Amino acid sequence: MAERLKLAVFGGVYSNHLALDRVLADARARGADSIWCLGDLGGFGPTPDRAIERLRAEAVPTLRGNYDDSIGHGLDDCACGYGDPSDQRFAQIAYDYTLARTAAPHRAWLRGLPERHAFEAGGRRGLLCHGSPRRVNEFLWESACSDAYLEWLCETAGADVVVCSHTGLHWHRALPSGRHVINAGAIGRPANDGRTEVWYATITFAREVGVEFHPVAYDHEALAREMEREALPREFVETIRTGWWTTCLENLPARERLAGRF
Amino acid sequence: MRSATAGPHPEDVAGGFPAQPLEHLDALWIQVAGTLCNIACTHCFVTSGPGETRHPLMTRDEVRRRVAEGVALGVREFYFTGGEPFMHPEMLEILADTLPHGPATVLTNGLLLTDARVDGLTRLARASRYSLEVRVSLDGADAAAHEAFRGTGTFDRTLDAVRRLERAGLLPIVTVTRTLEEEPLLVRERYVALLREAGIARPRLKILPLFRLGREAARTRGYAEAESLRDLPASSFDPARLQCGSCRAVTARGVYVCPLLVDEPGGRMADRLADALAPYPLTHGACFTCYVTGMSCGNG
Repeated sequence: MAERLKLAVFGGVYSNHLALDRVLADARARGADSIWCLGDLGGFGPTPDRAIERLRAEAVPTLRGNYDDSIGHGLDDCACGYGDPSDQRFAQIAYDYTLARTAAPHRAWLRGLPERHAFEAGGRRGLLCHGSPRRVNEFLWESACSDAYLEWLCETAGADVVVCSHTGLHWHRALPSGRHVINAGAIGRPANDGRTEVWYATITFAREVGVEFHPVAYDHEALAREMEREALPREFVETIRTGWWTTCLENLPARERLAGRF
Repeated sequence: MRSATAGPHPEDVAGGFPAQPLEHLDALWIQVAGTLCNIACTHCFVTSGPGETRHPLMTRDEVRRRVAEGVALGVREFYFTGGEPFMHPEMLEILADTLPHGPATVLTNGLLLTDARVDGLTRLARASRYSLEVRVSLDGADAAAHEAFRGTGTFDRTLDAVRRLERAGLLPIVTVTRTLEEEPLLVRERYVALLREAGIARPRLKILPLFRLGREAARTRGYAEAESLRDLPASSFDPARLQCGSCRAVTARGVYVCPLLVDEPGGRMADRLADALAPYPLTHGACFTCYVTGMSCGNG
């Protein structure tokens, strides 16, 4: 068991290979002992094989998100869990595009990824997962989860520190019991904050648990042009250029929705 | 026998109906106004209306105790419904009591939302670290369709309430009903267009199916014998499909399996939440609607 561990964690790559390059470089520059990807490699962005090839070449340990499970098994949809018909329509456009362009060997690799990773560091039990410890596509929004619920999730998972992704918005809560829940956010699209950077987390396990979120700039204009060449929806491209979510946002709780433009 | 927390797989019970275990209490529905409502909608699945006290108002203390029971079970969020929650004279105080413990949603027809109440809701939302959601029911994309369900003069007043809530910074969710024959995306587009035209800049929508319960059963028809989950094998269930795998409802009369079945035989499960965690046999026509549509009364 490590006495001190600095983890870099990111999720929601969404085929954004340009942001992935910059995040990996940033995490290494910050002295991360290890770098983990919490899944959802495809969707939204262009040319899905590029990000997968980069992750595989760099041997970044990666969890299987719902998207990876769907692409890996060739399912009918991404299983993101959207209830709104408009969100579902945009999600299906991204999914059909991604499924058709993910190479068979990469799909086999996605199928074989683990769904979670448990470890001990700094005297604490950590758990990395995609959506939540109990369900791969559960949305853990900051303003929609009571302390009581997050305590229950940690207790049931046997973890003092739970790190998740899936929503695309990063947040951290230190719970009354001393446990921590951290949503690492997504590096595939901006955090609906009017900024073009994407966000990931570093988590230090020592006497205390230290959590920092880092904005990472990348050549978002190059990505936007690539998305246009691939004829992806202009709504997706707009998000990359403006930092505001335009689609797949109907399940945002009021507080998170108010923080955005749409 | 599988315990309520061991896994979400439905099990077969006597009579050929599957039973849905409670995976965890994610949502606690609180029928704070009971069946008391300022209007009597012709499709109301709990037959609420003026003077209708089959389920009485819950006291503020009673709600506090139910919230505490939920917190002890790790509840994720609270929903307030009725009847019409703003028939309750202490609705704002009840929300103020609840929001420190978790996110809260209040379901309203909007007709009693005075400016003072909208101000009160805005203050509560700003002071809370959890989301406060306001859901307003709309039942037609024009006055004639809406008012056939809800009564003369309700359409403009409902839209006005939605507009004032949005202007106050609350981003209300408009809840609409659809029949199973209607295409959800077309329903959505129709309502979004209506709301934008009415001056609502950022419409949020929740689409629900109609349930053949209460007054709706009288308005059209009740469930047919074939609209049932009888003899469906447990293996054919998506265990996350039914909201009774993650919710319970309380009224002044006890704990119920879900907010839909508070008047149905067998819907009441116990006096206390901790005693209402057992699997629930899916014997009702409404269970069929939930299963077929995959719907949840929740916000998502």
